[in-house]
Amino acid sequence: MPAATFRIWRGEKGQGQFRDYTAEISSGMVVLDVVHQIQAEQAGDLAVRWNCKAGKCGSCSAEINGMPKLMCMTRLNTLALDKPVTVEPMKAFPHVKDLVTDVSWNYTVKQRIPKFTPRPPDASDGTWRVAQEDVERVQEFRKCIECYLCQDVCHVLREHHMQEQFIGPRFLVHVAALEMHPLDVGDRLQDLRTQFGIGLCNITKCCTKVCPEGITITDNAIIPLKERVVDRFFDPLSKLFRVFRRQRT
Amino acid sequence: MVGAYKITSNSWEYTGDGHSLAYDAGAALMDMEFVQFHPTGMIWPPSVRGILVTEGVRGEGGVLRNRNGERFMFKDIPPLYANQTADSEEEGWRYTQGDKDAKRPPELLTRDHVARCIRREVREGRGSPHGGVFLDIAWINEKIANAAEHIKKKLPSMYHQFKQLADIDITREPMEVGPTTHYMMGGVRVDADSQMSDVPGLFAAGECAAGLHGANRLGGNSLSDLLVFGQRAGEYAANFAKEHSLCNVDNGELKSTETRALQPFERKNSENPYAVQHKLQDVMQDLVGIVRQEQEMLQALDRIRELKTASERVSVEGNREYNAGWHTALDLYHLLTVSEIVTRAALERKESRGAHFRDDFSEKNNQFGAFNIVVRKGADGSMQFSREPIPPMRLDLQQIIEEMK
Repeated sequence: MPAATFRIWRGEKGQGQFRDYTAEISSGMVVLDVVHQIQAEQAGDLAVRWNCKAGKCGSCSAEINGMPKLMCMTRLNTLALDKPVTVEPMKAFPHVKDLVTDVSWNYTVKQRIPKFTPRPPDASDGTWRVAQEDVERVQEFRKCIECYLCQDVCHVLREHHMQEQFIGPRFLVHVAALEMHPLDVGDRLQDLRTQFGIGLCNITKCCTKVCPEGITITDNAIIPLKERVVDRFFDPLSKLFRVFRRQRT
Repeated sequence: MVGAYKITSNSWEYTGDGHSLAYDAGAALMDMEFVQFHPTGMIWPPSVRGILVTEGVRGEGGVLRNRNGERFMFKDIPPLYANQTADSEEEGWRYTQGDKDAKRPPELLTRDHVARCIRREVREGRGSPHGGVFLDIAWINEKIANAAEHIKKKLPSMYHQFKQLADIDITREPMEVGPTTHYMMGGVRVDADSQMSDVPGLFAAGECAAGLHGANRLGGNSLSDLLVFGQRAGEYAANFAKEHSLCNVDNGELKSTETRALQPFERKNSENPYAVQHKLQDVMQDLVGIVRQEQEMLQALDRIRELKTASERVSVEGNREYNAGWHTALDLYHLLTVSEIVTRAALERKESRGAHFRDDFSEKNNQFGAFNIVVRKGADGSMQFSREPIPPMRLDLQQIIEEMK
């Protein structure tokens, strides 16, 4: 069986170094298989977070040859195996051990976003009527598996550490799913502008590039939200309209 | 506990620890012979073996074929389901498209039956190249326009999964599938209202508890089980906690548990915990799997005994933080306890019922239908099995079933 070298980050709480492991590989394997094989045969205490092995749970996020990816969905035949394959933990989050990081910051961010607020039911039996077109607009955002690879790659979080001012692409997608939801009457535009820091995104589209679910994060979620914020707070014409409307009522 | 099997749709945390801890605490476990094998797991490439292919594929019109292209499920329809099963391929197709007058295709028969039929096709040399059968949804191209778009829309994650992991475009070619260990019907015997076990203050729900799914769970019922009985377990546990004070913990016992847990760190270069788990997975897969028989299960008990000895010698490296090797070392005790219980319960049930199929007793036996097999830990630490009669069903519930017939 052919062999390949895997250069895996070993260490705790940010301290550590790469270590090389040679692994036997076979057809159809993904990076997570190799990590498991190394764990079972050469490095029993190697820490790695994983669960479904099918790209649905978003647990096994890592940086493979420098690219944020799910280990379970990265086939070896997509990598150059003539040189060592590097596997590292995500860099935007506090390091725990080996390939495991602490992603709990994301959970606290989600709690800050005003929840889904549906309008009163359309019919007396407590149901609503929704156009298919409106359903389709938000369908894409619901594919998110919260792997946080987009958060990992975003330079606002990764390089500039602006976790306090910016909620990151994952949660802008979440806000978009709520704001564009045909039943939702909540208003998150003020929060987007101030608390959530939407202005900090300068649409480099790295998040879209790494999304394993292929969500068009920048074009379909972030840019439309930016437009809504601009319309509300910065467009003199719509400001004028609003003044007139208020006078009329 | 399906982590004791080699081919499984489940993840690493299914180690039977819930069952084993409750058993050690004195709770009764029931129906432990009933392990569900889902008929359709991925089989190729090897690294994805076992990953679930949803029943939804068959629900949307996907069909099972052997290497000769034959819809083999039509060959073997259990008499009990004959009047609920489609008479022709055409009728089966209409059922999947929402025709209320049509009967369901045989591909949607119970999971145990479909799994055994697939196993038979493979054993008799009619399997697919990698040792499964073909699950074909692409054939609906013959039936509807824009079938490819339709499939992608209805089964997006299956499309994605096969495309990315197996280089298979399910809108154009069939998938290869085979049975995968999926769910444990057996577990802690609990009171249906409060979810409390025989041990006061110990509650169980979901896959950890027994009884709700009988000998064979139906698709979708696990989620409703969790929502209803998980809520009850939480509610009654909270009430129990309010009404009772904490029990005293024996410090000596605590100390000895801690010592035992940390022993693997002190041994050097001894048995590898992952290797022991892998051996156990081979044993359960080969000897206590979809089709069981006495001789093989007795062999399994011998092997489990050997592996228990090995598990007491395992060593691990590193420290206590996020150490998967150490976790595996600790899990072995639970995996081995539950594997032994499953095997002994399966030996005890000398008939075939639901997910439990015996080659040496291939028919259902009404005598066995009158009791559950229950296991408790004896005072001397041995496994005490008993046959406990199934209590008669409440009249109002019986009535509902009659009305639904």
